[in-house]
Amino acid sequence: MSTTTYREAMRDALAAALRDDDRVFLMGEDVGAYGGCFGVSLGLFEEFGPERIRDTPLSEAAFVGAGIGAALGGMRPIVEIMTVNFSLLALDQIMNNAATLLHMSGGQCNVPIVIRMTTGAGRQLAAQHSHSLEGWYAHIPGLRIVTPATVDDARWMLQTALDDPDPVLLFEHGALYGAEGELTDDLGPVDLDRAAVRRSGTDVSLITYGGTLPTVLAAAEELAGRGIDAEVVDLRTLRPLDDEAILGSVARTHRAVVVDEGWRSGSISAEISARITEGVFYELDAPVGRVCSAEVPMPYARHLEIAALPSVDGILQAVEELGLRG
Amino acid sequence: MGEFCMPSLGADMDEGTLLEWLVAPGDPVRRGDIVAVIDTEKSDIEVEVFEDGVIGELLVEVGTTVPVGTPLARIEGATDAGRRSAPTSPPVPAPQPVAPAEGPPRGVATTARTAGRVLSPIVRHLADERHVDLHHLAGTGPGGVITRRDVEGAPRSGPGGVAAPLEHRPTRATPADGRTRSSPYARRLAAEREVSLTAVVGSGPGGAVLAADVPAAAPVDRDAGMRDAIARAMARSKRDIPHYYLQTTVDLGVALDWLRTRNEACPVVERVLPAVLLLKATASAAAEHPALNGWWEDGHRPSSDVHLGVAIALRGGGLVAPGIDGADQMSLTELMTALRDLTGRARAGRVRQREWTGPTITVTNLGDLGVDAVWGVIRPPQLAMVGFGAVHDEVLAVDGAPAVRPVVVASLAADHRTSDGIEGAALLSRIAALLQDPDALDRPHPHPTGGATP
Repeated sequence: MSTTTYREAMRDALAAALRDDDRVFLMGEDVGAYGGCFGVSLGLFEEFGPERIRDTPLSEAAFVGAGIGAALGGMRPIVEIMTVNFSLLALDQIMNNAATLLHMSGGQCNVPIVIRMTTGAGRQLAAQHSHSLEGWYAHIPGLRIVTPATVDDARWMLQTALDDPDPVLLFEHGALYGAEGELTDDLGPVDLDRAAVRRSGTDVSLITYGGTLPTVLAAAEELAGRGIDAEVVDLRTLRPLDDEAILGSVARTHRAVVVDEGWRSGSISAEISARITEGVFYELDAPVGRVCSAEVPMPYARHLEIAALPSVDGILQAVEELGLRG
Repeated sequence: MGEFCMPSLGADMDEGTLLEWLVAPGDPVRRGDIVAVIDTEKSDIEVEVFEDGVIGELLVEVGTTVPVGTPLARIEGATDAGRRSAPTSPPVPAPQPVAPAEGPPRGVATTARTAGRVLSPIVRHLADERHVDLHHLAGTGPGGVITRRDVEGAPRSGPGGVAAPLEHRPTRATPADGRTRSSPYARRLAAEREVSLTAVVGSGPGGAVLAADVPAAAPVDRDAGMRDAIARAMARSKRDIPHYYLQTTVDLGVALDWLRTRNEACPVVERVLPAVLLLKATASAAAEHPALNGWWEDGHRPSSDVHLGVAIALRGGGLVAPGIDGADQMSLTELMTALRDLTGRARAGRVRQREWTGPTITVTNLGDLGVDAVWGVIRPPQLAMVGFGAVHDEVLAVDGAPAVRPVVVASLAADHRTSDGIEGAALLSRIAALLQDPDALDRPHPHPTGGATP
């Protein structure tokens, strides 16, 4: 065990993948000489050179498309998009090519690409750099959507993603890069089909993923002080969802609150709530609660941004509304 | 001169409570005017008059519950509705000081009142359901109106807050649609534990019953409430009803042989218990003896339809006797199915209003417990109770020689106001005779009026 940051864990994962497999290369805007807009790839250019750490023009459609072509050609590209908002420029490539080619070729052409991008708010980057759209991508068959929330997952998920013969989108929450945590050495590849219970509890299931995991864990601590024993489920993968873990937890606690930094309407939290109602209705002792972002473009002003995001207080209130008192 | 009667406001309504008069004797009325507010099981309903005239005598006091069709007021025949005619008879003792002298405008009242305060139907029902005394409740709504929240936060006034399950009316804790607000998990737990949700006080949002509110077993309060109800009904029976008793020993040899053969040829689900033969025989005999089948409510009300009450012991203690309507018209398989359904629901506390209030005669069967005979206490307002003891072997004289036969002692407790021993004896003999021809018992009984019930 050693203490590290989420950013360094991700960098270690990239470096290890580049060392282990000649087919792996990284490309994106400013990933090379500059070291990445969020400093994730700092030093990789020096170690692996411009052929494998490739700076691209500001053209998401072009370089994601190039990555898909490289994957079809037998490479194992890792494409970095600066934020999920910008990924919309490449949505055509991601959805109409990466996600579909396996099916449209009758299984002849798979696309083993990994696309990394930053998601989420909390850093005063305003409405064009701060949204959480991973729930949209989770709508698309043919993609796997993963959301590492811990240092261990940042370090060990990438290899599983690269091993997947089909496209994987990996969402890194911007507010997590500086987060410190204990890194388990030699943990090995993470099973991307499985959610993780980050804290066991008996009274309510708090279901979340990615950037809101620390907020939810803090809320669970606060609830414990009030005599309410919360279980925290980290989804890890938004597509495919781990129904067994979600429904199993709710069947034990009989209450659920889904915490999602995306907007509420038509969100992944709505999908999870629906699955709970479909799967374990007769276990529910209260309606499923949800804590999501305010349905506004993410504000720039610090206090407004804080007010728009899921908070510990918001989670405590949602738990109280379930009729649950310590 | 006409009469304004308790209307039927739904197929399952057989009585209603007069909540308020909106007219006084001497008031002219026109067809369509709202004249009274009636409380049904479902809601408070404003009712209109169907003829022009002048209100004469008010026959029913506010707060009284009467059967559908009971005259509530007389309407003097005058059609010159504008003129005030003197009542032909002196007004009965003023029913209640319901309306001030000038009265509320007819046809516009939208709410009922208590002590001059406006109460919405939902508030009244919630208060009834939770045993809250509205007279002593301060309202926090506009102008001191009592709101739903006031009732939800109010202390209960009844013992244990649980409505009695056995007397005439079903518990008001059962909402009109039979559902109590609860979480799905609490509902499932209540079903598993055989606890009636209506007897549980909810602590969740809006009074919803949560899992933590569902007691581990039937609550003590419910038992006590049921004991009270049984005590009241049985004391009333012995106080008001002059019982007489008869008994006879019935040879069941033929019936049980027939049943064994029949059951062997049937899939398990269609097999029939011996008790069902006894129920069917009783129902068929009762259809032929209206002096013993019906009610005593201000006089003898015989019934040609048989709604057969069945005494069912509850696992948590206590006794209910809901009924099976038209039991005499059923095949044995149908009756078996109805009995299984009724017993299951009775034990889960989910009996329907008609099944509580409908029975015209009741059967009690203590055979399972090995007693030889039972002499029942008639359940008011019914006229008779038929009892059966254990089926057991006895030495009988058959064709001049002793023979061991399975027998049951059938007994009758009957109301001497409506029948005499000779009619009671005829009923018991008929039951015994029907049990000698089980094949015929399995066929629907020909209705005494010649046709099938609609």
